[in-house]
Amino acid sequence: MQQIFNFIFKNSNRILFLLLLGISLSLTIQSHSFHRSKIISSANFLSGGVYEKVNNLNEYLNLKTQNDALALENAKLKSLLFNSEDTTAVRKLDSLKGVKLEDIIVSKVIHNSYNVYENYLTLNSGELQGVKTDMGVVNSLGIIGIIENTSPKYATVISILNKRTQINAKIKKSNHFGSLNWNGKSTGFVQLTDLPRLALIKIGDTIVTGGQSVIFPENINIGTIAKIYRDTQTNFYTLDIKLFNDMTNLGHVYIIKSKDRDEITNLEKREKDE
Amino acid sequence: MNSTLLVNIFRFILLLAIQIIIFNNMNFLGYISPFPYILFIILYPVNGNKSGLVAASFLLGIIMDLFSNSGGTHATACLVLAYFRPSIFKFAFGLSYEYQTIKLNDVLTPQRFSFILLSVVIHHFTLFLLEAFQLSYILDTLLTTLLSTVFTIIICIIIIYLIKPNKR
Repeated sequence: MQQIFNFIFKNSNRILFLLLLGISLSLTIQSHSFHRSKIISSANFLSGGVYEKVNNLNEYLNLKTQNDALALENAKLKSLLFNSEDTTAVRKLDSLKGVKLEDIIVSKVIHNSYNVYENYLTLNSGELQGVKTDMGVVNSLGIIGIIENTSPKYATVISILNKRTQINAKIKKSNHFGSLNWNGKSTGFVQLTDLPRLALIKIGDTIVTGGQSVIFPENINIGTIAKIYRDTQTNFYTLDIKLFNDMTNLGHVYIIKSKDRDEITNLEKREKDE
Repeated sequence: MNSTLLVNIFRFILLLAIQIIIFNNMNFLGYISPFPYILFIILYPVNGNKSGLVAASFLLGIIMDLFSNSGGTHATACLVLAYFRPSIFKFAFGLSYEYQTIKLNDVLTPQRFSFILLSVVIHHFTLFLLEAFQLSYILDTLLTTLLSTVFTIIICIIIIYLIKPNKR
């Protein structure tokens, strides 16, 4: 017994190190696995609060670009308003077909990362505003990401600039679909993989979200084709997509509630069970 | 409560605040960011409590992780640096470093520089390796380590010169 205590006292530093190393490594490994509830995330009152304060300051420096973007969006909305034939027709939010205004939560990005392989955003609305995990996040230009974690007042978003993101996307004109991921190289480009060789594509074609996704409504803009890679081994294309969004400069965003999501997932689950 | 402890607590909070508010938003060329918060581990007193350093480094790293959504990568990198710090000291200053009075925040000698360089390289390599978490990204990891190391060292030396106590 004495020897055990002696051993512990003698190696207390090493034991402490190994113990803490075990904790931190398990946190790291857990953060790299796909489906998980993240313990260490910026959706908590401490980091969320600090980021909100810092963002308030940063906003002053960005006022000009934000104003320009808002003015542009205003001009677009005005042109829609003045050119529409009947103002009593069904309300539409720009290009988000099939989404009612009640299903949109307007929020603001208070922290944005884009320099690592797994990037996350922090938003300043949370459960109190009705934000839940797996809701889609878009802005006026295109998609941004998917809600990952929520706290009462804040939420983290897994950005499309993240190695773990997989979003169903299709060619706007032909309905051929593939899956959207990121290879971690450039913040302006994402990759569309598994697109069948049958699809007729050329550089400059528009890519939009596909109908298979239960998170995003169909036909939300993503980007244009910038480069086409032909793989001789398989029957699929890999494309470089130039994003419409500048992911390094994000302000206000829209969170989309999908009402059909529960219904669809329940249906598919029942299908599998049988 | 002695003054060393107070200075260290002050340094811990100040460096973390600077890191989170200023340096985390610095993305030079898109992917190079400096991490001068590890100055806390580098400047910790040579003959200070080793277990205290290991525990404090873990806390430092986990707070960084909280703010950058990175799981436990910063915590692991800080722990590794804190644990191997005595060995780096031995390598940079010679065997009898414990009996010398080493002051790191002083004029930059080759020994001091090699100590800072080694510490930063070890920390950054662990950090970026765990961040990528795939061996196929090893070349990218090495490149980011190299570039970020240069950037971090420049900022560390500037900070050391700025806070150097000029008593003499």
